[in-house]
Amino acid sequence: MKPWLKVLATLLLLYTIVAGFLFDVPRLNIVNETIRALYFHVPMWFGMVVLFLVSTVYSIQYLRGPSIEKDIYAVEFANTGLLLGLLGIVTGMIWANYTWGSPWHGDPKQNGAAISLLVYLAYFVLRGSVENEDQRARLSAVYNIFAFAAMIPLIFVIPRMTSSMHPGSGGNPGFNMYDLDSKMRMVFYPAVAGWILLGVWIASLRIRVRIIDEKIQNLENE
Amino acid sequence: MNKKTALITFLLFLGITPIWLVAQPIEMADTMRSEGKIYVVVAIVLVIFAGLIGYLFILDRKITRIEKKLPSKKD
Repeated sequence: MKPWLKVLATLLLLYTIVAGFLFDVPRLNIVNETIRALYFHVPMWFGMVVLFLVSTVYSIQYLRGPSIEKDIYAVEFANTGLLLGLLGIVTGMIWANYTWGSPWHGDPKQNGAAISLLVYLAYFVLRGSVENEDQRARLSAVYNIFAFAAMIPLIFVIPRMTSSMHPGSGGNPGFNMYDLDSKMRMVFYPAVAGWILLGVWIASLRIRVRIIDEKIQNLENE
Repeated sequence: MNKKTALITFLLFLGITPIWLVAQPIEMADTMRSEGKIYVVVAIVLVIFAGLIGYLFILDRKITRIEKKLPSKKD
């Protein structure tokens, strides 16, 4: 990751924190000031989807031409994506507790998100259960593609087809209806970009550590 | 008793508080105390964020240093 991107991520997130807490937001019943959680909770999911997508692309590339590095990229992007997803689901539970009345509402969006995370957790279980390195990489690459394919309908399609309280689902408009004046977009888009960049940065650090580890193992085997 | 004091005394006697006695905006460095002290929360979150980001930058540098220790080409 280029150094200027790290600085950009830092600046975007600094702006997100200051503007997210202090800028004007629409006054809404029940939601009240918690609407500001939009700048922190939603970007976790955007970040997760982007990282999982990158992971899937590396898995496809691995199947087209196997190499240890592609496998490492796929795993570490999925790993960081899972971290953001877990943060997303926990923050969602806090938010739901104060706006929907209970942390786990059995809402299709919540259930879909939870199942997706379990599907990705199984990816790591699968990796842990195969001894042979090549086999592990190949099996998990195939599984990873299926995991991404399963996540899309679970998070983006099914909640829209049933009734859901989550904004952007089941006939509920997204937060677009609340920020007709576009004031929130001015914070939300930079926030999404900033959190995604932060996720990519953390993933890149994990990848570099794994590659160093790989090189050391190669040196020891000589 | 000068004229101004006399006027205030008179007004207070009538049950009227002169406006300049009620809303005297005394300018102080009170940004951190305004709007329900939300700026304090912002400061706290910024410190935590700065700490975490600084930590990431240092970690990044450390990894770069280790990478340089290794032979540049594979094997």
